[in-house]
Amino acid sequence: MSTLVIKDLHVAIDGKEILKGVNLTINTNEIHAVMGPNGTGKSTLASAIMGHPKYEVTSGSIELDGEDVLAMEVDERAQAGLFLAMQYPSEITGVTNADFLRSAINSRREEGNEISLMKFIRELDSKMEFLEMDLDMAQRYLNEGFSGGEKKRNEILQLMMLQPKFAILDEIDSGLDIDALKVVSKGINEMRGEGFGSLVITHYQRLLNYITPDHVHVMMQGRVVKSGGPELAQRLEAEGYEWIKEELGIEDETVGQEA
Amino acid sequence: MTVETKLALTEQDIRSFSEGKQEPSWMTEIRLKALGELEALPMPTPDKTKITNWNFTEFPVHTVDSSKFTTLAELPEEVKAVVNADEQKNIYIQHNNTPAFLSLSEELKAKGVILTDIYTAVRDHSELVQQYFMTDGVKVTEHKLTALHAALLNGGVFVYVPKNVVIEEPIQVIYLHDDKTASLFNHTLLVADDNSSVTYVENYLSTVEHAEGQANIVAEVIAKDNSKVTFGTVDVLANGFTTYVNRRGVTSRDAVIEWALGMMNDSDTISENTTHLVGDNSEGHVKMVVVGRGNQKQNFTTKVIHWGKHTEGQILKHGVMKDEASSIFNGIGKIEYGATKSNAEQTSRVLMLSEKARGDANPILLIDEDDVTAGHAASVGRVDPLQLYYLMSRGISQHEAERLVIHGFLAPVVNELPIEGVKKQLTEVIERKVR
Repeated sequence: MSTLVIKDLHVAIDGKEILKGVNLTINTNEIHAVMGPNGTGKSTLASAIMGHPKYEVTSGSIELDGEDVLAMEVDERAQAGLFLAMQYPSEITGVTNADFLRSAINSRREEGNEISLMKFIRELDSKMEFLEMDLDMAQRYLNEGFSGGEKKRNEILQLMMLQPKFAILDEIDSGLDIDALKVVSKGINEMRGEGFGSLVITHYQRLLNYITPDHVHVMMQGRVVKSGGPELAQRLEAEGYEWIKEELGIEDETVGQEA
Repeated sequence: MTVETKLALTEQDIRSFSEGKQEPSWMTEIRLKALGELEALPMPTPDKTKITNWNFTEFPVHTVDSSKFTTLAELPEEVKAVVNADEQKNIYIQHNNTPAFLSLSEELKAKGVILTDIYTAVRDHSELVQQYFMTDGVKVTEHKLTALHAALLNGGVFVYVPKNVVIEEPIQVIYLHDDKTASLFNHTLLVADDNSSVTYVENYLSTVEHAEGQANIVAEVIAKDNSKVTFGTVDVLANGFTTYVNRRGVTSRDAVIEWALGMMNDSDTISENTTHLVGDNSEGHVKMVVVGRGNQKQNFTTKVIHWGKHTEGQILKHGVMKDEASSIFNGIGKIEYGATKSNAEQTSRVLMLSEKARGDANPILLIDEDDVTAGHAASVGRVDPLQLYYLMSRGISQHEAERLVIHGFLAPVVNELPIEGVKKQLTEVIERKVR
């Protein structure tokens, strides 16, 4: 079993503090959902874990099985077993999806022990079929000209090919129609198991109809203000966030940044 | 300030060189006229690059003698890497200034295709060469450097594709430079007659670290009615040359010229690539990649000039600058009065890899006709940190991520090169230069 521990995490962007002490512990074989209204710091949490260059961790710690994640470069974090399905994946001209994925897989392997082309193609084809993706997409340039839904599927394809210990899904459901949402959820559910844990960041309860979380956390004002089981998500769906704000005496739930 | 153009060569030297090559009198006269007018002619004025202090005229010797090759097996390893000896039936290799190897398939010979070194061409195909040599394309007296080229011409190739002949497999020409004292005044003349089609790739390859001579290169492509010419290059000339390279095309009715130019020189370089779309409904497409490094200074001026109606011109240039290299990318789409329904498009993108590198992209549209369409895009920037973050978030190292982004940036042009070996070579040269 692996464990990702986030302790009292404070994060700033351009000198402005967005996260004000986040605590979370995620084990493999667990799915955690982080919910909350816009502008409460959810995506910042995702970016800070992966090491986005614009986000500055001002205090606190992130450890993966006791290793200091914050001391690692972005690529080292990935090699250690972290994965972030991004809300806005970059487009990279001239680099095909397949070449990119092979480079990513081989980056985890010793030189001389690269994945064979045949094996790679077999795995790629089967996973693309599973995600109901057009096989031509392997030869298209990375995310270039992909629709919103194609980009999200492509993130899940990478997740399935790279098999990380922990996947953070940053609003993977935004902008998806119901069919695409089902396919994306199918991919994540396929990953569920002993060696895999996930932090699912979402704005809408809808995604959690397809991916049942083990734990649900609510973020407001740059902190986790409430945690519970799947029933918490259902109550949020039925009643919204107002009752939490009342319970905790919060007037403005955001961290003051534009959503 | 003027440029010193006193040549070590006299009229008598040129005359005896020309006679030694048994050139017809018209060729000798072109040389002597060029030499005579040289002094009075102005230098070219590439926009935004000051070349008054560049040395285009000094060189150790006019010609050097180098070995010939009797088989492709004798080629140096660097050349073997770009030649597929099993499949490449139509190939000319020039070793410094010496015509060193020639092969043309019997099938193409039977169809009347000509592939030969320029000296043989002016002797054996005198009338044909005279008709096209520095007449419709580059003019002898255009400026000092074209005149210098004509006076001192010491190599090159002639390709003629007769009417209705379609050549499937590419013709390859290699200009091997491995003598540091050599100068290259090479002239490529390619004539594609009506309804013909040809793919041609020329490769300038220095295998010495440093050059002491001049590279003054002209290529003329004459595409007659309804012909199609694909002209690819990979230029890898050594540091130390002052390179002037002028590649020019002229299209007749319905003709198409496609340029795929890999400009990988390590020398200071002035490159001019112009396509005159003379015939109605003709097309000119330019794809160019450049990598600059060290303290190289380069200027790449690409022009497509629309004379005919319904002509289509497209320019796509991608450049990567590292170290303290600086490059100017001038893209000019010119539509002359009367060239109705024409379309001029261009894109120039420069990626800078270091603080001191400099790149300038200048898109220019000059339009003297109302009923046309035109567009341009230009950008100069650095590697996007968010792209690197994205790639690295999948476990790819920063170095590898940068490599992927740079190759990806150049891929749209690299992928256009018609010969696999040359494409691979270009990829390897890029790899070496951006490392």
